[in-house]
Amino acid sequence: MASQSATSIAVQRSLARQRRDATGLAFSILLLLAMLLTLVILVVLLVDQVTRAIPVFQERGVDFLTSGLSSNPANAGVFQGLVGSIVMGMLVAVLCFPLGILTAVYLEEYAGDNLLTRFIDINIRNLAGVPSIVYGLLGLTVFVAFFAALGFPNNGRNIIAGAVTLTALILPIVIITSSEALRSVPKTLREGGYGVGASRWEVTRQLVLPAARPGILTGTILALARALGETAPLLLAGAILGTFSTSGSLQDLFTGPYTVLPMTVYDWARKPQEEFRALTSAAIVVLLVLTLSFNTLAILLRNRYQKRW
Amino acid sequence: MTTETLAPAIDVGGAVAGAAAPAVASHDGQGGSDPMAAIPSAVELRGVSLYYGAFRAIKDVTLNVPRQRVTAFIGPSGCGKSTLLRSMNRMNDLIPIARAEGSMLFHGEDLYADYVDPVEVRRRIGMVFQKANPFPKSIYDNVAFGPRIMGAKGNLDDQVESCLRRAALWDEVKDKLRQSGLALSGGQQQRLCIARAIATEPDMILMDEPCSALDPRSTLQIEELMAELKEKYTIVIVTHNMQQAARASDFTVFLTMDQDRAGYVVERGPTLEIFTNPKNQLTEDYVSGRFG
Repeated sequence: MASQSATSIAVQRSLARQRRDATGLAFSILLLLAMLLTLVILVVLLVDQVTRAIPVFQERGVDFLTSGLSSNPANAGVFQGLVGSIVMGMLVAVLCFPLGILTAVYLEEYAGDNLLTRFIDINIRNLAGVPSIVYGLLGLTVFVAFFAALGFPNNGRNIIAGAVTLTALILPIVIITSSEALRSVPKTLREGGYGVGASRWEVTRQLVLPAARPGILTGTILALARALGETAPLLLAGAILGTFSTSGSLQDLFTGPYTVLPMTVYDWARKPQEEFRALTSAAIVVLLVLTLSFNTLAILLRNRYQKRW
Repeated sequence: MTTETLAPAIDVGGAVAGAAAPAVASHDGQGGSDPMAAIPSAVELRGVSLYYGAFRAIKDVTLNVPRQRVTAFIGPSGCGKSTLLRSMNRMNDLIPIARAEGSMLFHGEDLYADYVDPVEVRRRIGMVFQKANPFPKSIYDNVAFGPRIMGAKGNLDDQVESCLRRAALWDEVKDKLRQSGLALSGGQQQRLCIARAIATEPDMILMDEPCSALDPRSTLQIEELMAELKEKYTIVIVTHNMQQAARASDFTVFLTMDQDRAGYVVERGPTLEIFTNPKNQLTEDYVSGRFG
């Protein structure tokens, strides 16, 4: 014990030395600050809106959800916007998911890697970055005009034209996220399938798609949540800004005038009457709850498929 | 079905220095002079060259793979032995730029003929990969996958059990058939992949370095399994482990690459001959560990 070699002493010293890692510490503080700042912004927004909205819900209760649009703040409710947003969400899902996922499967699993597919891939990525108002113009000049030409009522400004517009808007995102999910499926899984004599269809259907399903679901439903919050394209694609009456018939729902929650929020936020301030916040809270429930659904579905293995 | 054993007196033929066509010819087409052709063949390769785009990965391989024997492909990294193996069940078709020349006769039919369906080829010539790749499904569904895509309906219990037994895995998994195949150990996963491969009732099983990620005990289990499986199947194994080739194979094919990095067969024959009495200096250097 007493006779320790010089090496041992040196090793002991270096082990015991507390090296100050100043830059490392500074970096972790920076990370923490960035996270806190983001969190604070979110919490402030949320608390601010919720506190303004609470009196409306206390006073009006369910009535706020079931009343239609009105220029009288005491009667105004979000019913049309809520119905519009839910129907819009379902229409966009029905249109966008099959189209986007099938396109991604084609690009990743079937199309070869050549100049054309690379060109298509780059274009899809660029389309994802096109401002949403541009899609609104597309909706107005193509989809609304299409329904108008077919003789639909209300000059073709119906929720289907709106849904097609939003589908075009989020399709690139759905394709990109689904492609990423498919690409992350290990090659060895495909080889295993081909190795036992499965055809490309069987490998894709029975092995690749199930493995990619959680990623595809997460990406597509987050894209859908984005579509639910869009205002700008629908301003052009025919959503009503202001009041209108709903007959309640199914035909009217799909071909008549429509609006969605973000439009209601936008409309009310511009109103001069002070009473609409609280109503705006209440509509925002309803929109947030709707979006959050879509996201929750996405997470539940993903967990369900992940848990299997 | 043949039970014929190799006569030790069979002439192995001359050394094949550069694997030039005439030298290869001295090995082939002369029946008795090639011990690998003396046994009925599972696959006959005739002048096979394999390309990735413009790059030639394998040049002019002529080879008989003896039926119900274990044949090992050995050689330095990058010599194309995996490429050659994967060409035998057309797995290379999955790589768009891969291309094959020459012919591969399987039951008298050229595997690369225009009218041959690669999917059907892979049902008859199964494959086990370097890294065990069970499907993210239950053990039962892993084995039943092949039969099901071939149209098997209903109860596959007997078939699943017999495949797992033949893969020497049954006793370890019989109580957890509904559990995920991914929950097994590495060696068990690889045996599950073997069970999955034999479930389509192939003639031949190709193994691409099946033990390279396994511990010695699991490796030994796989080698013992190969010895049992050759009663029924033809097995071709690519291995980096020369002891494994020496222990587990009946025939050995030594490949290396030329200055253009194209792989070719230097020497082939009964494993014992290749390891104890190689005809070619390159083979001797490789099997004695002086090169590669």
